[in-house]
Amino acid sequence: MAAIPSRHRSLVLLAVVVAAQILLLAAQIRARHGRLIRVWAITALAPFERAGGWGMDHVRGTWKSYFALRQAARENEDLRRERDNLKLQIDFLRGRAEEAERLGKLVNFHQEHSEVPLLPARVISTSADSSSQTVFIDRGEKDGVRADMGVITPDGVAGKVLAAYPHISQVLLITDKESGVGAMVAETRLLSPASGTGGPLLSLKYIAEDEKVQAGEHIVTSGMDRIFPKDFPVGTVVEVQPGTPFLQVNIQPAARLNRLEEVIVLLSLSSLDIKKEIPAPAAPAAPLKKTAKPAKTEKP
Amino acid sequence: MTENYSSIRLQGETHIEVHHFHSGAVVFSGITALVVQALLPVYIPAAAMLDLPLLVTLYFGLSRRNPSTGLLLGTSMGLLQDSLSKTPIGLYGIAKTLVGFLASSIGGRIDTEHPVSRFALTVFFFGLHQGTIVLIKRALLAQPEAWFSVQFAIAAGVNGAVAVGLFFLMDRLRRSA
Repeated sequence: MAAIPSRHRSLVLLAVVVAAQILLLAAQIRARHGRLIRVWAITALAPFERAGGWGMDHVRGTWKSYFALRQAARENEDLRRERDNLKLQIDFLRGRAEEAERLGKLVNFHQEHSEVPLLPARVISTSADSSSQTVFIDRGEKDGVRADMGVITPDGVAGKVLAAYPHISQVLLITDKESGVGAMVAETRLLSPASGTGGPLLSLKYIAEDEKVQAGEHIVTSGMDRIFPKDFPVGTVVEVQPGTPFLQVNIQPAARLNRLEEVIVLLSLSSLDIKKEIPAPAAPAAPLKKTAKPAKTEKP
Repeated sequence: MTENYSSIRLQGETHIEVHHFHSGAVVFSGITALVVQALLPVYIPAAAMLDLPLLVTLYFGLSRRNPSTGLLLGTSMGLLQDSLSKTPIGLYGIAKTLVGFLASSIGGRIDTEHPVSRFALTVFFFGLHQGTIVLIKRALLAQPEAWFSVQFAIAAGVNGAVAVGLFFLMDRLRRSA
Protein backbone atom coordinates (compact mmCIF):
# COMPACT_ATOMS: atom_id res chain seq x y z
CA MET A 1 0.00 0.00 0.00
CA ALA A 2 1.39 3.36 -0.97
CA ALA A 3 2.37 5.65 1.88
CA ILE A 4 0.27 8.76 2.39
CA PRO A 5 2.21 11.90 1.44
CA SER A 6 2.98 13.93 4.55
CA ARG A 7 1.07 16.97 3.26
CA HIS A 8 -2.06 14.85 3.02
CA ARG A 9 -1.77 13.17 6.40
CA SER A 10 -3.62 15.87 8.23
CA LEU A 11 -6.40 15.76 5.64
CA VAL A 12 -6.72 12.01 6.07
CA LEU A 13 -6.74 12.44 9.85
CA LEU A 14 -9.43 15.12 9.51
CA ALA A 15 -11.57 12.83 7.37
CA VAL A 16 -11.17 9.94 9.81
CA VAL A 17 -11.96 12.02 12.90
CA VAL A 18 -15.00 13.69 11.33
CA ALA A 19 -16.29 10.39 9.95
CA ALA A 20 -15.91 8.76 13.36
CA GLN A 21 -17.89 11.54 14.99
CA ILE A 22 -20.61 11.36 12.34
CA LEU A 23 -20.93 7.64 13.07
CA LEU A 24 -21.06 8.44 16.79
CA LEU A 25 -23.84 10.94 16.11
CA ALA A 26 -25.73 8.42 14.01
CA ALA A 27 -25.46 5.84 16.78
CA GLN A 28 -26.99 8.27 19.26
CA ILE A 29 -30.04 8.97 17.12
CA ARG A 30 -31.48 5.50 17.70
CA ALA A 31 -30.01 4.70 21.10
CA ARG A 32 -28.68 6.82 23.94
CA HIS A 33 -25.03 5.88 23.53
CA GLY A 34 -22.44 8.23 24.86
CA ARG A 35 -23.53 8.04 28.47
CA LEU A 36 -20.14 6.62 29.46
CA ILE A 37 -18.26 9.50 27.84
CA ARG A 38 -20.49 11.98 29.66
CA VAL A 39 -19.91 10.23 32.99
CA TRP A 40 -16.16 10.37 32.52
CA ALA A 41 -16.14 13.98 31.43
CA ILE A 42 -18.52 15.18 34.11
CA THR A 43 -16.85 13.18 36.86
CA ALA A 44 -13.49 14.62 35.81
CA LEU A 45 -14.65 18.22 35.60
CA ALA A 46 -17.19 18.28 38.45
CA PRO A 47 -14.55 18.91 41.15
CA PHE A 48 -13.27 21.91 39.17
CA GLU A 49 -16.81 23.22 38.81
CA ARG A 50 -17.53 22.78 42.51
CA ALA A 51 -14.24 24.47 43.38
CA GLY A 52 -14.97 27.19 40.85
CA GLY A 53 -18.40 27.82 42.34
CA TRP A 54 -16.94 27.97 45.83
CA GLY A 55 -14.23 30.32 44.57
CA MET A 56 -16.71 32.55 42.78
CA ASP A 57 -18.74 32.94 45.97
CA HIS A 58 -15.63 34.00 47.87
CA VAL A 59 -14.49 36.28 45.08
CA ARG A 60 -17.85 38.00 45.16
CA GLY A 61 -17.57 38.37 48.94
CA THR A 62 -14.04 39.65 48.62
CA TRP A 63 -15.07 42.06 45.90
CA LYS A 64 -17.78 43.53 48.09
CA SER A 65 -15.82 43.71 51.32
CA TYR A 66 -12.26 44.41 50.20
CA PHE A 67 -12.29 46.25 46.91
CA ALA A 68 -15.15 48.49 47.90
CA LEU A 69 -13.22 49.42 51.05
CA ARG A 70 -10.13 50.08 48.99
CA GLN A 71 -12.09 52.39 46.77
CA ALA A 72 -13.25 54.28 49.82
CA ALA A 73 -9.72 54.55 51.20
CA ARG A 74 -8.54 55.96 47.89
CA GLU A 75 -11.00 58.75 48.19
CA ASN A 76 -9.53 59.55 51.61
CA GLU A 77 -12.77 60.76 53.12
CA ASP A 78 -13.39 59.20 56.46
CA LEU A 79 -17.01 60.06 56.57
CA ARG A 80 -17.63 58.70 53.14
CA ARG A 81 -15.67 55.58 53.95
CA GLU A 82 -17.72 55.04 57.04
CA ARG A 83 -20.88 55.45 55.01
CA ASP A 84 -19.61 52.96 52.45
CA ASN A 85 -18.80 50.54 55.24
CA LEU A 86 -22.32 50.89 56.49
CA LYS A 87 -23.60 50.33 52.97
CA LEU A 88 -21.54 47.17 52.74
CA GLN A 89 -22.96 45.95 56.00
CA ILE A 90 -26.45 46.73 54.80
CA ASP A 91 -25.77 44.87 51.56
CA PHE A 92 -24.41 41.96 53.54
CA LEU A 93 -27.38 41.95 55.88
CA ARG A 94 -29.75 42.37 52.96
CA GLY A 95 -28.12 39.42 51.27
CA ARG A 96 -28.50 37.40 54.45
CA ALA A 97 -32.10 38.52 54.75
CA GLU A 98 -32.81 37.52 51.15
CA GLU A 99 -31.17 34.19 51.75
CA ALA A 100 -33.25 33.74 54.90
CA GLU A 101 -36.36 34.67 52.92
CA ARG A 102 -35.49 32.15 50.24
CA LEU A 103 -34.90 29.47 52.83
CA GLY A 104 -38.13 30.46 54.53
CA LYS A 105 -39.95 30.01 51.25
CA LEU A 106 -38.40 26.59 50.92
CA VAL A 107 -39.59 25.64 54.39
CA ASN A 108 -43.07 27.02 53.72
CA PHE A 109 -43.21 25.22 50.42
CA HIS A 110 -42.25 22.01 52.10
CA GLN A 111 -44.93 22.45 54.76
CA GLU A 112 -47.54 23.04 52.06
CA HIS A 113 -46.43 20.01 50.06
CA SER A 114 -45.58 17.65 52.87
CA GLU A 115 -46.61 14.64 50.82
CA VAL A 116 -43.76 15.16 48.37
CA PRO A 117 -40.21 14.22 49.39
CA LEU A 118 -37.99 17.20 48.58
CA LEU A 119 -34.28 17.68 48.25
CA PRO A 120 -32.77 21.18 48.20
CA ALA A 121 -29.90 21.62 45.75
CA ARG A 122 -27.57 24.33 44.64
CA VAL A 123 -26.92 25.28 41.02
CA ILE A 124 -23.19 24.93 40.40
CA SER A 125 -22.86 25.49 36.67
CA THR A 126 -24.68 25.76 33.38
CA SER A 127 -24.42 23.89 30.12
CA ALA A 128 -21.13 24.20 28.28
CA ASP A 129 -22.97 25.18 25.13
CA SER A 130 -25.21 28.18 24.60
CA SER A 131 -27.84 26.41 22.49
CA SER A 132 -29.30 24.32 25.28
CA GLN A 133 -30.75 25.51 28.55
CA THR A 134 -29.48 23.16 31.22
CA VAL A 135 -27.83 23.58 34.59
CA PHE A 136 -25.89 21.29 36.88
CA ILE A 137 -26.89 20.90 40.54
CA ASP A 138 -24.78 19.63 43.40
CA ARG A 139 -26.94 16.57 44.10
CA GLY A 140 -26.66 13.27 42.31
CA GLU A 141 -27.50 9.60 42.36
CA LYS A 142 -25.96 9.21 45.81
CA ASP A 143 -28.52 11.70 47.12
CA GLY A 144 -31.40 9.79 45.56
CA VAL A 145 -31.73 11.92 42.43
CA ARG A 146 -32.76 10.10 39.26
CA ALA A 147 -33.47 11.11 35.67
CA ASP A 148 -36.94 12.55 34.98
CA MET A 149 -37.48 13.86 38.52
CA GLY A 150 -39.10 17.27 38.72
CA VAL A 151 -37.11 20.34 39.74
CA ILE A 152 -38.84 23.41 41.14
CA THR A 153 -38.26 26.61 43.03
CA PRO A 154 -40.67 28.10 45.56
CA ASP A 155 -41.81 30.44 42.78
CA GLY A 156 -42.65 27.77 40.22
CA VAL A 157 -41.55 24.93 38.00
CA ALA A 158 -37.88 25.02 36.94
CA GLY A 159 -37.36 21.85 34.91
CA LYS A 160 -36.63 18.18 35.25
CA VAL A 161 -33.55 16.05 35.83
CA LEU A 162 -32.08 15.12 32.47
CA ALA A 163 -29.34 12.88 33.80
CA ALA A 164 -28.11 11.98 37.26
CA TYR A 165 -24.45 11.29 37.90
CA PRO A 166 -22.89 10.09 41.16
CA HIS A 167 -22.48 13.51 42.76
CA ILE A 168 -24.16 16.01 40.43
CA SER A 169 -27.14 16.07 38.11
CA GLN A 170 -28.03 17.82 34.89
CA VAL A 171 -31.35 19.66 34.88
CA LEU A 172 -33.21 20.53 31.69
CA LEU A 173 -34.90 23.90 32.22
CA ILE A 174 -38.49 24.27 31.06
CA THR A 175 -37.46 27.01 28.64
CA ASP A 176 -35.29 24.62 26.61
CA LYS A 177 -36.67 23.86 23.17
CA GLU A 178 -36.92 20.16 23.99
CA SER A 179 -38.61 20.72 27.32
CA GLY A 180 -42.27 20.68 28.25
CA VAL A 181 -44.62 20.46 31.20
CA GLY A 182 -48.27 19.46 31.53
CA ALA A 183 -50.06 22.74 32.16
CA MET A 184 -53.43 24.44 32.23
CA VAL A 185 -54.87 27.91 32.55
CA ALA A 186 -55.61 28.38 36.25
CA GLU A 187 -58.80 30.39 35.76
CA THR A 188 -60.46 28.39 32.96
CA ARG A 189 -58.75 24.99 33.50
CA LEU A 190 -57.94 24.81 29.77
CA LEU A 191 -55.39 22.04 29.32
CA SER A 192 -52.31 22.35 27.12
CA PRO A 193 -48.68 21.35 27.43
CA ALA A 194 -46.33 24.29 27.94
CA SER A 195 -43.17 24.01 25.88
CA GLY A 196 -39.86 25.78 25.97
CA THR A 197 -38.98 28.09 23.11
CA GLY A 198 -35.23 28.22 23.56
CA GLY A 199 -35.66 31.81 24.72
CA PRO A 200 -36.81 33.26 28.03
CA LEU A 201 -40.50 32.46 27.44
CA LEU A 202 -42.67 29.35 27.32
CA SER A 203 -45.42 28.63 24.85
CA LEU A 204 -48.83 26.97 25.28
CA LYS A 205 -49.03 24.73 22.24
CA TYR A 206 -52.58 23.56 21.91
CA ILE A 207 -55.07 26.26 22.82
CA ALA A 208 -57.75 26.22 20.11
CA GLU A 209 -58.29 29.48 18.26
CA ASP A 210 -61.87 29.82 19.52
CA GLU A 211 -60.80 29.67 23.19
CA LYS A 212 -60.21 32.83 25.19
CA VAL A 213 -56.90 33.36 26.93
CA GLN A 214 -55.78 36.79 28.09
CA ALA A 215 -52.49 38.29 29.14
CA GLY A 216 -52.09 38.19 32.89
CA GLU A 217 -53.80 34.83 33.36
CA HIS A 218 -51.89 32.33 35.46
CA ILE A 219 -50.69 29.00 34.14
CA VAL A 220 -50.32 26.11 36.57
CA THR A 221 -49.28 22.49 36.28
CA SER A 222 -51.99 20.03 35.31
CA GLY A 223 -50.31 17.07 37.01
CA MET A 224 -50.85 15.00 33.90
CA ASP A 225 -47.15 14.59 33.23
CA ARG A 226 -46.88 12.78 36.60
CA ILE A 227 -43.72 14.74 37.34
CA PHE A 228 -45.06 17.88 39.00
CA PRO A 229 -47.90 18.18 41.52
CA LYS A 230 -51.14 19.67 40.23
CA ASP A 231 -51.79 23.42 40.48
CA PHE A 232 -48.15 24.39 40.96
CA PRO A 233 -47.25 27.74 39.29
CA VAL A 234 -45.74 27.56 35.80
CA GLY A 235 -45.98 31.20 34.76
CA THR A 236 -48.12 34.08 33.59
CA VAL A 237 -49.49 34.73 30.11
CA VAL A 238 -47.71 37.75 28.64
CA GLU A 239 -48.83 37.63 25.02
CA VAL A 240 -51.61 36.02 22.99
CA GLN A 241 -51.51 36.06 19.21
CA PRO A 242 -54.13 34.64 16.86
CA GLY A 243 -53.21 31.52 14.94
CA THR A 244 -54.72 28.62 13.06
CA PRO A 245 -55.67 26.17 14.37
CA PHE A 246 -54.05 27.12 17.71
CA LEU A 247 -53.44 30.39 19.45
CA GLN A 248 -49.87 31.49 20.03
CA VAL A 249 -49.73 31.93 23.82
CA ASN A 250 -46.46 33.07 25.37
CA ILE A 251 -45.80 32.64 29.06
CA GLN A 252 -43.31 34.30 31.39
CA PRO A 253 -42.02 31.51 33.68
CA ALA A 254 -42.81 31.99 37.36
CA ALA A 255 -39.37 30.77 38.40
CA ARG A 256 -36.45 33.14 37.78
CA LEU A 257 -34.62 30.76 35.48
CA ASN A 258 -31.87 33.17 34.49
CA ARG A 259 -30.89 33.62 38.12
CA LEU A 260 -31.24 30.16 39.55
CA GLU A 261 -29.12 29.58 42.62
CA GLU A 262 -31.14 27.17 44.72
CA VAL A 263 -33.69 24.63 43.54
CA ILE A 264 -35.70 21.75 44.97
CA VAL A 265 -35.70 18.27 43.50
CA LEU A 266 -38.95 16.32 43.81
CA LEU A 267 -37.61 12.95 44.85
CA SER A 268 -40.31 10.88 43.28
CA LEU A 269 -40.80 9.13 39.98
CA SER A 270 -44.38 8.14 40.70
CA SER A 271 -47.54 10.21 40.78
CA LEU A 272 -47.10 12.96 43.33
CA ASP A 273 -50.72 12.98 44.41
CA ILE A 274 -50.29 9.76 46.32
CA LYS A 275 -49.00 10.14 49.85
CA LYS A 276 -46.88 7.25 50.99
CA GLU A 277 -44.10 6.40 53.38
CA ILE A 278 -40.78 6.52 51.63
CA PRO A 279 -37.50 5.01 52.85
CA ALA A 280 -34.38 7.16 53.09
CA PRO A 281 -31.69 6.81 50.40
CA ALA A 282 -28.40 5.04 50.95
CA ALA A 283 -26.47 8.27 51.40
CA PRO A 284 -28.86 11.04 52.43
CA ALA A 285 -27.72 14.61 51.94
CA ALA A 286 -29.72 16.47 54.54
CA PRO A 287 -32.98 16.73 52.61
CA LEU A 288 -35.92 18.71 53.91
CA LYS A 289 -37.86 15.52 54.49
CA LYS A 290 -37.33 11.82 54.24
CA THR A 291 -36.01 11.25 50.78
CA ALA A 292 -37.22 8.73 48.29
CA LYS A 293 -35.28 5.90 46.77
CA PRO A 294 -36.85 5.69 43.37
CA ALA A 295 -37.39 2.45 41.59
CA LYS A 296 -35.98 3.59 38.24
CA THR A 297 -32.20 3.75 38.06
CA GLU A 298 -30.15 4.77 35.10
CA LYS A 299 -26.69 3.32 35.02
CA PRO A 300 -23.75 4.29 32.89
CA MET B 1 10.25 42.26 21.50
CA THR B 2 8.75 40.19 24.26
CA GLU B 3 7.56 37.30 22.11
CA ASN B 4 10.04 34.68 21.07
CA TYR B 5 9.60 32.14 18.36
CA SER B 6 11.33 28.89 19.00
CA SER B 7 11.33 27.76 15.41
CA ILE B 8 11.16 29.48 12.10
CA ARG B 9 10.63 27.56 8.89
CA LEU B 10 10.69 28.67 5.33
CA GLN B 11 7.91 27.93 2.89
CA GLY B 12 8.69 29.64 -0.37
CA GLU B 13 9.31 33.25 0.50
CA THR B 14 7.11 33.29 3.57
CA HIS B 15 8.34 32.94 7.13
CA ILE B 16 6.07 30.68 9.16
CA GLU B 17 6.40 31.41 12.83
CA VAL B 18 5.44 28.43 14.93
CA HIS B 19 4.88 29.27 18.56
CA HIS B 20 5.58 26.83 21.33
CA PHE B 21 4.04 26.89 24.75
CA HIS B 22 4.93 25.97 28.30
CA SER B 23 4.14 22.35 29.09
CA GLY B 24 0.59 21.91 30.27
CA ALA B 25 -0.50 25.25 28.84
CA VAL B 26 -2.88 23.65 26.35
CA VAL B 27 -4.45 21.29 28.90
CA PHE B 28 -4.68 24.02 31.53
CA SER B 29 -6.24 26.49 29.10
CA GLY B 30 -8.69 23.91 27.79
CA ILE B 31 -9.93 22.79 31.20
CA THR B 32 -10.10 26.38 32.44
CA ALA B 33 -12.14 27.39 29.39
CA LEU B 34 -14.61 24.54 29.89
CA VAL B 35 -15.02 25.19 33.61
CA VAL B 36 -15.38 28.96 33.19
CA GLN B 37 -17.79 28.42 30.30
CA ALA B 38 -19.97 26.33 32.60
CA LEU B 39 -19.62 28.56 35.67
CA LEU B 40 -19.82 32.10 34.41
CA PRO B 41 -23.44 32.10 33.15
CA VAL B 42 -24.62 31.11 36.65
CA TYR B 43 -23.52 34.55 37.85
CA ILE B 44 -23.63 36.52 34.59
CA PRO B 45 -26.39 35.12 32.32
CA ALA B 46 -25.21 37.16 29.32
CA ALA B 47 -21.90 35.25 29.41
CA ALA B 48 -23.73 32.29 27.86
CA MET B 49 -23.11 33.83 24.45
CA LEU B 50 -19.36 33.31 24.86
CA ASP B 51 -17.75 30.17 23.50
CA LEU B 52 -14.48 30.02 25.39
CA PRO B 53 -13.60 26.45 24.26
CA LEU B 54 -13.85 27.71 20.68
CA LEU B 55 -11.58 30.66 21.43
CA VAL B 56 -8.98 28.39 23.04
CA THR B 57 -9.13 25.99 20.08
CA LEU B 58 -8.78 28.91 17.72
CA TYR B 59 -5.87 30.45 19.57
CA PHE B 60 -3.76 27.31 19.71
CA GLY B 61 -4.70 26.44 16.13
CA LEU B 62 -3.57 29.81 14.85
CA SER B 63 -0.42 29.79 16.97
CA ARG B 64 0.87 26.25 16.61
CA ARG B 65 -0.02 25.95 12.95
CA ASN B 66 0.02 22.19 12.89
CA PRO B 67 -3.23 20.95 11.30
CA SER B 68 -3.06 17.53 12.95
CA THR B 69 -2.66 18.81 16.49
CA GLY B 70 -5.07 21.62 15.77
CA LEU B 71 -7.86 19.30 14.70
CA LEU B 72 -7.20 16.89 17.58
CA LEU B 73 -7.36 19.76 20.07
CA GLY B 74 -10.62 20.89 18.47
CA THR B 75 -11.97 17.35 18.66
CA SER B 76 -11.09 17.05 22.34
CA MET B 77 -12.57 20.40 23.26
CA GLY B 78 -15.71 19.76 21.25
CA LEU B 79 -16.31 16.29 22.66
CA LEU B 80 -15.79 17.53 26.22
CA GLN B 81 -18.19 20.40 25.54
CA ASP B 82 -20.74 17.91 24.20
CA SER B 83 -20.25 15.77 27.29
CA LEU B 84 -20.98 18.71 29.57
CA SER B 85 -24.14 19.67 27.73
CA LYS B 86 -27.15 17.77 26.47
CA THR B 87 -26.20 17.92 22.81
CA PRO B 88 -25.46 14.64 21.02
CA ILE B 89 -21.80 13.79 21.43
CA GLY B 90 -20.03 14.76 18.24
CA LEU B 91 -22.04 17.89 17.42
CA TYR B 92 -19.58 20.38 18.84
CA GLY B 93 -16.83 17.81 18.27
CA ILE B 94 -17.15 17.99 14.49
CA ALA B 95 -17.53 21.75 14.43
CA LYS B 96 -14.45 22.34 16.56
CA THR B 97 -12.48 19.70 14.65
CA LEU B 98 -13.03 21.71 11.48
CA VAL B 99 -12.20 24.98 13.23
CA GLY B 100 -9.00 23.51 14.69
CA PHE B 101 -7.92 22.15 11.33
CA LEU B 102 -8.69 25.26 9.30
CA ALA B 103 -7.26 27.65 11.89
CA SER B 104 -4.01 25.68 11.93
CA SER B 105 -3.93 25.55 8.16
CA ILE B 106 -4.40 29.26 7.56
CA GLY B 107 -2.38 30.34 10.58
CA GLY B 108 0.81 30.25 8.58
CA ARG B 109 -0.58 32.11 5.60
CA ILE B 110 -1.94 35.31 7.11
CA ASP B 111 -1.12 37.65 9.94
CA THR B 112 -2.71 36.29 13.09
CA GLU B 113 -0.99 38.57 15.59
CA HIS B 114 -2.65 41.89 14.93
CA PRO B 115 -5.74 42.60 17.07
CA VAL B 116 -7.87 43.51 14.04
CA SER B 117 -6.84 40.32 12.32
CA ARG B 118 -7.65 38.31 15.45
CA PHE B 119 -11.05 39.94 15.75
CA ALA B 120 -11.91 39.24 12.12
CA LEU B 121 -10.65 35.65 12.29
CA THR B 122 -12.66 34.98 15.44
CA VAL B 123 -15.83 36.37 13.89
CA PHE B 124 -15.22 34.28 10.77
CA PHE B 125 -14.54 31.07 12.67
CA PHE B 126 -17.43 31.70 15.04
CA GLY B 127 -19.66 31.87 11.98
CA LEU B 128 -18.10 28.76 10.50
CA HIS B 129 -18.51 26.93 13.81
CA GLN B 130 -22.15 27.96 14.16
CA GLY B 131 -22.84 27.19 10.51
CA THR B 132 -21.41 23.69 10.92
CA ILE B 133 -23.56 23.08 13.98
CA VAL B 134 -26.70 24.24 12.17
CA LEU B 135 -25.79 22.11 9.14
CA ILE B 136 -25.31 19.01 11.29
CA LYS B 137 -28.54 19.68 13.17
CA ARG B 138 -30.52 20.09 9.98
CA ALA B 139 -28.88 17.35 7.92
CA LEU B 140 -28.06 14.66 10.47
CA LEU B 141 -30.33 15.30 13.43
CA ALA B 142 -33.44 16.59 11.61
CA GLN B 143 -33.64 19.54 13.99
CA PRO B 144 -34.87 22.76 12.36
CA GLU B 145 -32.50 25.56 13.23
CA ALA B 146 -32.21 29.06 11.83
CA TRP B 147 -29.05 29.80 9.84
CA PHE B 148 -28.82 33.35 11.11
CA SER B 149 -30.21 35.50 13.90
CA VAL B 150 -29.47 38.88 15.41
CA GLN B 151 -28.41 37.15 18.61
CA PHE B 152 -25.85 35.18 16.61
CA ALA B 153 -24.43 38.35 15.07
CA ILE B 154 -24.10 39.94 18.49
CA ALA B 155 -22.49 36.79 19.88
CA ALA B 156 -19.98 36.75 17.01
CA GLY B 157 -18.99 40.35 17.72
CA VAL B 158 -18.75 39.77 21.47
CA ASN B 159 -16.63 36.65 20.99
CA GLY B 160 -14.39 38.56 18.60
CA ALA B 161 -13.89 41.35 21.11
CA VAL B 162 -13.25 38.93 23.96
CA ALA B 163 -10.81 37.00 21.77
CA VAL B 164 -8.63 40.07 21.28
CA GLY B 165 -8.15 40.44 25.03
CA LEU B 166 -7.98 36.73 25.75
CA PHE B 167 -5.43 36.05 23.00
CA PHE B 168 -3.29 38.87 24.35
CA LEU B 169 -3.31 37.21 27.78
CA MET B 170 -2.68 33.77 26.30
CA ASP B 171 0.37 35.11 24.47
CA ARG B 172 1.98 35.08 27.90
CA LEU B 173 1.83 31.29 27.86
CA ARG B 174 4.29 31.16 24.98
CA ARG B 175 7.65 29.64 25.71
CA SER B 176 10.80 31.69 25.23
CA ALA B 177 13.35 30.42 22.76
